[in-house]
Amino acid sequence: MSTDTTNQSSRPGEPDAQHDSIVGRGNREGSRLFRQWYEELTTAPERGEKAAYVFVMGSLAELLNSFNLNLVFPEINGLQTAVRHVSESYITQAEDYGYNSDVCGYVKADLGLQLRGGDHPMGRIPRPDIAVYTGACNTYIKWAEIWERLYGIPIFTLDVPGPRAAGRLPGRGHVDYDNDLRYVAGQIEELISVLENVTGTRFDVDRLREAMAYANTMTTAWVKILELNQSRPAVYDAVTDGTSYLGVANGFRGRPEGARYFEEVLEELEYKAATGIGTSHDQRHRLAFVGVPCYPIYRRFSEMFTERGGVFVGSTYTWFASGGWNSGYLYDLDNPLESLAEGTLITSREAMNDMFHADRLLADMVEPFGLDGVVFHGIKSCRTVSSGLADSRRAVMELADVGTLLIDSDHMDPRSVSEAQIKNRVDAFFEGLETRKLLAAAGEPEGSRR
Amino acid sequence: MTVRLLDDWEDLPLDDLLRYCRDVVEDPDYPTVKRWREAGGKVVGHFQVYFPEEIVEAAGLLPVKVQGATVEPRQGDAHFGAYLCSIVKTSLELGLSGRLELDMFVSHPICDTARNLAAVWGRNFSYPCEVLYLPQNPNSAHSVAYLRGEYDRLRRGIEEIAGRSVTDDDLRAAIAVFNENRRLLRRLYDIKRESPWLLAVDEAYVLVALGGRIPRSEHNRLLKAAIPMIEKRDAAPQDRMRLVFEGGFCEQPPLDLLTTIAQSSYVVDDDLLIGLRWLTDDVAADGDPLETLARAYHEQSSYSAVQHDLRKPKEVMLLKRIRESGAGAAVISAAKMCEPGLDELVPHMKALDEEGIPYFVNEFEENMTSFDTLQIQLETFIENVLFA
Repeated sequence: MSTDTTNQSSRPGEPDAQHDSIVGRGNREGSRLFRQWYEELTTAPERGEKAAYVFVMGSLAELLNSFNLNLVFPEINGLQTAVRHVSESYITQAEDYGYNSDVCGYVKADLGLQLRGGDHPMGRIPRPDIAVYTGACNTYIKWAEIWERLYGIPIFTLDVPGPRAAGRLPGRGHVDYDNDLRYVAGQIEELISVLENVTGTRFDVDRLREAMAYANTMTTAWVKILELNQSRPAVYDAVTDGTSYLGVANGFRGRPEGARYFEEVLEELEYKAATGIGTSHDQRHRLAFVGVPCYPIYRRFSEMFTERGGVFVGSTYTWFASGGWNSGYLYDLDNPLESLAEGTLITSREAMNDMFHADRLLADMVEPFGLDGVVFHGIKSCRTVSSGLADSRRAVMELADVGTLLIDSDHMDPRSVSEAQIKNRVDAFFEGLETRKLLAAAGEPEGSRR
Repeated sequence: MTVRLLDDWEDLPLDDLLRYCRDVVEDPDYPTVKRWREAGGKVVGHFQVYFPEEIVEAAGLLPVKVQGATVEPRQGDAHFGAYLCSIVKTSLELGLSGRLELDMFVSHPICDTARNLAAVWGRNFSYPCEVLYLPQNPNSAHSVAYLRGEYDRLRRGIEEIAGRSVTDDDLRAAIAVFNENRRLLRRLYDIKRESPWLLAVDEAYVLVALGGRIPRSEHNRLLKAAIPMIEKRDAAPQDRMRLVFEGGFCEQPPLDLLTTIAQSSYVVDDDLLIGLRWLTDDVAADGDPLETLARAYHEQSSYSAVQHDLRKPKEVMLLKRIRESGAGAAVISAAKMCEPGLDELVPHMKALDEEGIPYFVNEFEENMTSFDTLQIQLETFIENVLFA
């Protein structure tokens, strides 16, 4: 099935101008917003503004925006150095400082960045005035300790208890949920006091409410966007396009630009779905991606799949790296603080669940998304997302009749990426997928094709 | 349930008793656990670092510390990625190979791999496998109340396994037994600090580790017999360097590595199996027992690389450990691929440099078998310090 339908402007009755203005808008506007964001970060000290270092899983962006803090996402800074092929120099600088080669590449790239005064390919990253993070990734805590030691800044662990076991996500009224919620709500109150001290401004609940309203708009769109890729053809690639959307979802969460962006992306993708426009390459195999993209060879990594007719219709990265906003939680604007606590608990817990218990979620995707295969990408740097992938793969193979691939590399350190080895594995995977389809067409029973 | 899990040891002289303890601790087939199960007992395995074992013992179950093993992870390897510490693979191997049979498994949010371990374990065993979410913000005023609730959740889960309720009196009785155990373990470490020639690091290790495999009441009986023999041991002090060993909070160095260190130095304090010694004082016997356990976790506890506590910066705590034990140098270690351990090496080195305290950096793996190079390097380090 070839679904490269970029020539949709020739559809009868379809004005060219509408097509051209809508299709591709998400990526174009996303790039513009990213440049704007880094420009804001670069000039923040000139404006006398402060910076909060945060992470993608539980950024508390709505609250921090209400204090007019500039949000710095060290994970995004890091991946930008990898995409631009300069991460190794940052990483080795941190290794020269003493950090082991087996420490997370994100952490080391950030330390390299700090040691060179914030000099980054996208601009100049301001020093932190505070760091706020959850324990959704334990390395967040160890990472923040580095800033605490470098700069003597306050660092705040907003501890969000994660899922205790697969399928155990109790809700309102359950004694264990209530215990977790009280803990998170209490910490948010404590965080507000710390933020007031750091910024010298009083907490303004109306500003928080405003940011939450924008976040709600983004969340509503995000959930629809993720579901839209059930379309045939898929309207975006969840690894490449999805990652672009993720950048804005994090960097502009709780801001008017973010809300407008996601409304426009949704409009674009709904238009594509309605008019049958797919991605810019053939779609013969519908895939799900599990893990973090291979940023040191970002474009080439994607091409290994698209060249063989693969399209990623879903990605767990768009779940957990959105901070769990795929859960669809919407704030109650009449009760902003209570709702902020509940939203933080539910979304961070969701992000953790998406990493630790993805097997069942992936199996549930197979039918609605028409999955042919699942690609597990383990990375050396990140134990959070990678430790359980081999076992998760085994579970998916038990639960669903899809092809699977497990590859190892790194998302930051090119020294741990072997392009040729990955290519060999990917090619063999596609040969397997094609064989499975041939066998299926010949009437072989399910399960015999694993 | 009262079952004797150890063989008759009462008439053994100290060296033989220590050898017997070592055999039990090094046996990857967990003979004491097998004996417990054969008597109809149920077992709760808990991964490193700290676990409130009192709640399990109060239910009449056996808490077993799952701390990896020196076994080849033939099956465990296939369930994990390439770039991971050994302990998660060998721990899972113990379960998959049938060496360690459990009725429940609990891991903790000590690191990203440990949380994944609970999920992996849960996909491979039909009994309950879960994470006990010990608080990662011990500086919050809400942390004790939260942990009390989390312990109550654990108690309910344990009750289901035990098929009986766990009353507050049950808990108080267990806390009393563990308080005695804590006093005995503190005495062991006092001996190490005050007269390290009486008790080498590997000997103390096996005595502590044994507690993770038998009921604490039985452990107490053994320690109460062993400690007087240690105190009366016929050993003279030698001119050896006094060291602190840091980096054994999760994956454990092989015993032979500790023996190697003990051949050329006195390890006067360490963080080996710190979870079994996490609570540094008696837990209050009155009041709400879950609340007192939770408060003790916050207010009277040790430190490790996997807990961020503003009151206990790790490098400050290391320097305190060195000062209070009268050590002149430190061995700072990390297990291979252990992210928190490796992260901690840098600030440790910086702090020791600033204080002018000599240190030896070591990376280990529980399954390593060659120690000749380590021995030469360590002896060279010691000579450099002594004769600088």
